[in-house]
Amino acid sequence: MTASSPHQPDIAVEMRNIVKRFPGVVANDHVTFIAKSGEIHALLGENGAGKSTLMNVLSGLYAPDEGEIWIYGRHVVFRSPSDAIAAGVGMVHQHFRLVPTLTVVENVILGLDEPRFHLNLTQARAKILELSQQYGLKVDPDAYIWQLSVGEQQRVEIIKALYRGARILILDEPTAVLTPQETVVLFKTLRSMAQEGHTIIFISHKLDEVMSIADRVTVLRQGKVVATVNIEEVTKEKLAEMMVGRPVIFRIEKPRLQPGQEVLRVEDVHARNDKGLPALRGISFVVRSHEIVGIAGVSGNGQTELAEVLYGLRPVEKGHIYLYGKDITQASTREIIREGVAHIPEDRHKEGSLADMSLSENLILKHYRRPPVAQGPLIRWAYVREFARKLIQRFQIMAPGIHTKARLLSGGNLQKLILARELSSEPGLIIAMHPTQGLDVGATEAVRKQLIAERGKGAGVLLISEDLDEVMQLSDRILVIYEGEIMGEVPADRADRNQIGLMMAGQRQS
Amino acid sequence: METAFLITILATAIRAGAPVIYAAVGEIFAERAGILNLGVEGMMLVGAVSGFIAAVQTGNPWVGVLVAMLAGGLLSLIHAFLTITLHADQVVSGLALTIFGIGLSSFLGQNYVGVHGPQFEAIHIPGLSDLPFLGPVLFQHDILVYLTFILIPASAYFIHKTRPGLHLRAVGEDPATADVMGVNVARIRYIYTFVGGVLAGLGGASLSLAYTPGWTEGMSGGRGWIAIALVIFAFWEPWRAMLGAYLFGGVQALQFNLQTIGITIPTYFLNMLPYLFTILVVVFATGERMRRHLGAPAALGLPYIRGER
Ligand SMILES: Nc1ncnc2c1ncn2[C@@H]1O[C@H](COP(=O)(O)OP(=O)(O)O)[C@@H](O)[C@H]1O
Ligand SMILES: [Mg+2]
Repeated sequence: MTASSPHQPDIAVEMRNIVKRFPGVVANDHVTFIAKSGEIHALLGENGAGKSTLMNVLSGLYAPDEGEIWIYGRHVVFRSPSDAIAAGVGMVHQHFRLVPTLTVVENVILGLDEPRFHLNLTQARAKILELSQQYGLKVDPDAYIWQLSVGEQQRVEIIKALYRGARILILDEPTAVLTPQETVVLFKTLRSMAQEGHTIIFISHKLDEVMSIADRVTVLRQGKVVATVNIEEVTKEKLAEMMVGRPVIFRIEKPRLQPGQEVLRVEDVHARNDKGLPALRGISFVVRSHEIVGIAGVSGNGQTELAEVLYGLRPVEKGHIYLYGKDITQASTREIIREGVAHIPEDRHKEGSLADMSLSENLILKHYRRPPVAQGPLIRWAYVREFARKLIQRFQIMAPGIHTKARLLSGGNLQKLILARELSSEPGLIIAMHPTQGLDVGATEAVRKQLIAERGKGAGVLLISEDLDEVMQLSDRILVIYEGEIMGEVPADRADRNQIGLMMAGQRQS
Repeated sequence: METAFLITILATAIRAGAPVIYAAVGEIFAERAGILNLGVEGMMLVGAVSGFIAAVQTGNPWVGVLVAMLAGGLLSLIHAFLTITLHADQVVSGLALTIFGIGLSSFLGQNYVGVHGPQFEAIHIPGLSDLPFLGPVLFQHDILVYLTFILIPASAYFIHKTRPGLHLRAVGEDPATADVMGVNVARIRYIYTFVGGVLAGLGGASLSLAYTPGWTEGMSGGRGWIAIALVIFAFWEPWRAMLGAYLFGGVQALQFNLQTIGITIPTYFLNMLPYLFTILVVVFATGERMRRHLGAPAALGLPYIRGER
């Protein structure tokens, strides 16, 4: 650790011995964190390591239970985010803090003293455009937030912080919501900001990213600092070990398998999105047993609608869907579940689990209608408890008990819970949407292994993911989707990133 | 003859609409801040009775108006305290407020039923009042009706074109974000719940001191509920609330005047119309796009507790 005094001139942020407790956990345990002026400093750690908490303390959202903060050598005590922003600290939260029904300008000036009364937005608009030019943050000031893509919303968040004069910019897992291309653009922006003397604190659990963007990195594990190191002095493997506390295997063993019978056949399927616009325009493909078919593409190109159509959650306008040769185009979700289709939804909180119900209740959501869980109209709770305990053990879900509410689980454990429920019925087809999004290394590894194990047992897996590495690593065949159409198909062992990237941008396979 | 009939209907619609406009605009403010106050009917009644008593006692209807506004505002603060500070359920608290207001107003007004008191008279505006057609429709009313002509554009401007209005919208849509951005959520919710109460009280006063002068028990006759329904009909926009209030007023005017020209439609049917209308609007306004753009404030009815997840 750097032996710096609080008054060294090139130090932008100095947090000393920060302690923050929540009921039952010490989220930050005597954390000392130092960021130099003009550097890109990564804060690395698994989910629940305390990264967000530490930065929420720095941005004035949480008051620390112990510890002190200096900003540019000045001792500060933040009572609110406004105090922090006044000292030059701005934060882009993981869940964006934007009001969807307000425009970009309105969001940017929200909470400021200017304009005094009449909302004259000319000046604000001009300043936003200036910032957006300077740092390559393309955005329309008069668009409503709900009209913007996640990537655009993130740019609004950055502009919002810069507009308020932030010199120290914290980004909480900014790439979790971005496509590879958007990530490249964001990194360029961050570098240019750092060059102008801004200090960037970059929260992440993705090692490749940290290696490519950070100057220095601080690793947190279970609320404590493991170390702060210069990026040149470490390797990806070393960082992973520091983060997880044990060596990590990056390659997953995937045995060669001969695909078996046809499980799913999709024929010329058309469907509309929530706004009534065409989202799927003639999609056709096949998934066989013993194979993983990956769907790659930039978000918003029909992936959500595709998963919903297959699971009976969205009407098919035209075309047919067959499961084991049986037409299920018009089938209800319940019928599709009964046919043995598992669904790992995009949003684990909203669609994947019932936040206020217990683990065991969540685990039987697909089983409660039939024996052995059901006995006539009653539920055999003794059986359920046993069932839940077994699954929790088999899927290594870390939770206080089977009666714990689902909302109290971390992202990784919640995902394991969903996997446990979906896979416990021995599905023939698994529709997995972004199954490892936002998960840490350990949980990601577990989820991927499960999918490969199911493939081995004979299931067909449709893997819809924006993480190209994941698609390339797990799939047997890769399809690329663009504006609701399949641009082409490549076998995974001959896949080329560039070629797939071009198809993701709308070029048809030649 | 036909023009005269039309003028009567329109003028009555505007007069009958005024009390509902006050209450509805007040509720728009509260709901825009995320506070659903179902106590409007109660606050109107207490406003009506206390305003009337104060006017009788002092002989000055303006004192009545002030007292009515204060009374409505004070009642709304009970709701504010329960829901904002104590995080009580907004529906339960609002309903309790209405029941309490009905009881309190009957109790206070016991000795004032049938009493003659001061009232606001129609004010002649030179020039405007003498216009053909428009004059009698718009400009032969009392001051409380004229004030609604100012209230509507002023509140629409305030909500959409001012900084406090922006903060108001933000708090109702996304209090957590507003909080992070340095907006004091609880304070704003208190303020606009109070404003809602004040305007409901004023609506009550415009009943007992202008539209139907005097006090009779339960004289608001469900106008508080109509106002709440109109807020939905209006998609939380003052201009549309005005339109809705005039439709309601127009139905009332027809009720009075159709019989005089020999047409009889069952009053029950006419009474039903405003509600029917609202139900239809709610049914048709459920498209995703519509809801996003024009719909209820996203945090309406939900308590805000910082740091809870
Ligand atoms: N608002 C909160 N209330 C209760 N516990 C919390 C809260 N925020 C975080 N925690 C807990 O603190 C720990 C650290 O969380 P967090 O800082 O979000 O981790 P990270 O951002 O590294 O994933 C976790 O155990 C988490 O459950
Ligand atoms: Mg976090």
